[in-house]
Amino acid sequence: MKGYPSVTNIADAPFAFIGCSELQESIARQADDEKELAELIEEVPLDSIHFHTHSYFLRHGLIEGAYPNDFAQWVVMQVGDHVLGERLAILDPFDYPNLEHLREEIISIIDDHLSRSPIIPRVVFGQPFHFKRSRILEVPIGLEARTLQEFRDMVTDIDVSTIYYHMFEAHFRLRREENDFSAWIRSSLGLLKLADCIRSINPYQGSLERLRSKLITACDEFLAGDSAKV
Amino acid sequence: MNSALDEYREVSPKGTVDFLYRLSDLVRGKSFLHLNAVRYGGGISEVLRRLVPMMVSLGVEARWEVLAGTQEYFTVVNRMLNALQGRDEKITAEMYHTYSSIIERNAKALKLDADMVMVHDHQPAGLVDYRTNGCWLWRCHLDLAQPQRPAWTFLRRSVLKYDAAIFSLSGFAQRLPIPKFLIYPSIDPLSPKNREMSRSEITHAIDRLGINRSKPMILQVGRFDRFKDPFGAIQAFRLVKKHQDCQLVLAGSGVMHDPEGEAVIAELREAAGDDGDIHIIQLPPEADLEINALQRSATVALQKSIKEGFGLTVSEAMWKGKPVVGSSAGGIAAQIVDGVTGYVVHTVEGAAFRIRHLLNNPGLMNRMGGMAREHVRRNFLITRQLSDDLTLLKLLSTS
Repeated sequence: MKGYPSVTNIADAPFAFIGCSELQESIARQADDEKELAELIEEVPLDSIHFHTHSYFLRHGLIEGAYPNDFAQWVVMQVGDHVLGERLAILDPFDYPNLEHLREEIISIIDDHLSRSPIIPRVVFGQPFHFKRSRILEVPIGLEARTLQEFRDMVTDIDVSTIYYHMFEAHFRLRREENDFSAWIRSSLGLLKLADCIRSINPYQGSLERLRSKLITACDEFLAGDSAKV
Repeated sequence: MNSALDEYREVSPKGTVDFLYRLSDLVRGKSFLHLNAVRYGGGISEVLRRLVPMMVSLGVEARWEVLAGTQEYFTVVNRMLNALQGRDEKITAEMYHTYSSIIERNAKALKLDADMVMVHDHQPAGLVDYRTNGCWLWRCHLDLAQPQRPAWTFLRRSVLKYDAAIFSLSGFAQRLPIPKFLIYPSIDPLSPKNREMSRSEITHAIDRLGINRSKPMILQVGRFDRFKDPFGAIQAFRLVKKHQDCQLVLAGSGVMHDPEGEAVIAELREAAGDDGDIHIIQLPPEADLEINALQRSATVALQKSIKEGFGLTVSEAMWKGKPVVGSSAGGIAAQIVDGVTGYVVHTVEGAAFRIRHLLNNPGLMNRMGGMAREHVRRNFLITRQLSDDLTLLKLLSTS
């Protein structure tokens, strides 16, 4: 069916939705000040960097406006350093090809901040930063889509962990080239413009529910034949 | 479809129930044993009463066993509880012997075989000495950040024999050479303590408790215990009352084998003096509907604890759409999104300032209350805990 940009295309290989369940694990490292934070970010496993910058979205499905990664959240809420918090908050993991690059950038931001500060900001009344990582269990949820309409309808009702798995886990932890949704729409439905549109959605801007809305909107616009918008 | 779980479709986040059915497919037929100290009283029992039947209905061979103890044993474990939470307690060698002999007696009486055994808190922790098969997890609901060393040393010997430990927060844990998982506890939205109530049910309950329904109510729910800082709550209330006509309700349901509560209540009554706007209400352990009605009638919920476990009364109040002003103790700050679902405060003055601010801004209170309910829906309901337990069973019982 590749090459025919029609909404009626039926995929040979269906899209099998997979949800996930996360177990948080402590890795027994904690930082009491920003220098320690940078040092530990350098040494902890990449899994932990992933946890604090990605599964954050899985754990904060609702609250928007809070800082979008655990590092920014901690320096603002526990240390009270709004300057570093703002610099870490604007960091967009979507701009980095892998977690190692993201780690380097976070360390660089903190080091730069500390080089301009006469003191090392630390926790006084708040809680230390506890490093964690997660173990993810993949759970096939038994739904399979063969057409864009089926796909769109299923995205409407699935658990948000499914959106998380296909948008975040696929790209960073599993190191796939693009998110699973756009990859399937491209390769199995042959809807290249829609695939590009969904690939370009930045999952780090907003909650998982907002991401669900963006996916549905993109599908609806395409299904309505309003391809100029997609 | 299964009715026990389907009841949660209306209250849990979209897709959650279907997800749980699929997750349970991965562990059907496995056995899961929960062990704790009491059948009634306390948050662990409340959740297990619902959680275990839910697991069974999903095809997991789940059981819940309770330790049989003597009065002497419960006195010892209460002392251990205080010591583990950092309070000075003298625990003699004879007391530890009492603990060990009760554990041994229970080990002979209980069937401890299961693919996964989850032992809750310190009271039954020693049963690990008698483990036979399966994966053993120690589920610690306490804040062990600063325990008295002798009590922790005694308990640690048992903990090291587990395959992993589970804490509610990183900050509650001690260093251990076994894997440490972090899982928030949860509330049951359909239990008598949290289910929806009609207006007439609420009115009836509040009138029966002798509380003025026309006056804004600041409510703190919790055991009558110095760690909950009910005295700080009275101080904060007095600062608020200088500017705003309101009332304070301190309500606590008794927990079995808690000998100190009466003394605290007597001191509180003395501190309240003849102020008719301070209500100190001692409720029996089964007074869930009264607590539910109080939380639904509250204007602002307060949790002024200086030491706390996870403090699920915070989530209970948030589930009823109330903003919570809470201290940073224990798990309180982990439940409140500061400035969004309530406020985290550090002093009596801070509590008073935030309560006063909320009482003067009804629109803000409503917005925060709405966000609070949604935050609990996604993070602190029993459906999330069921998902966590099934995930543990899948990931650890086979490894």
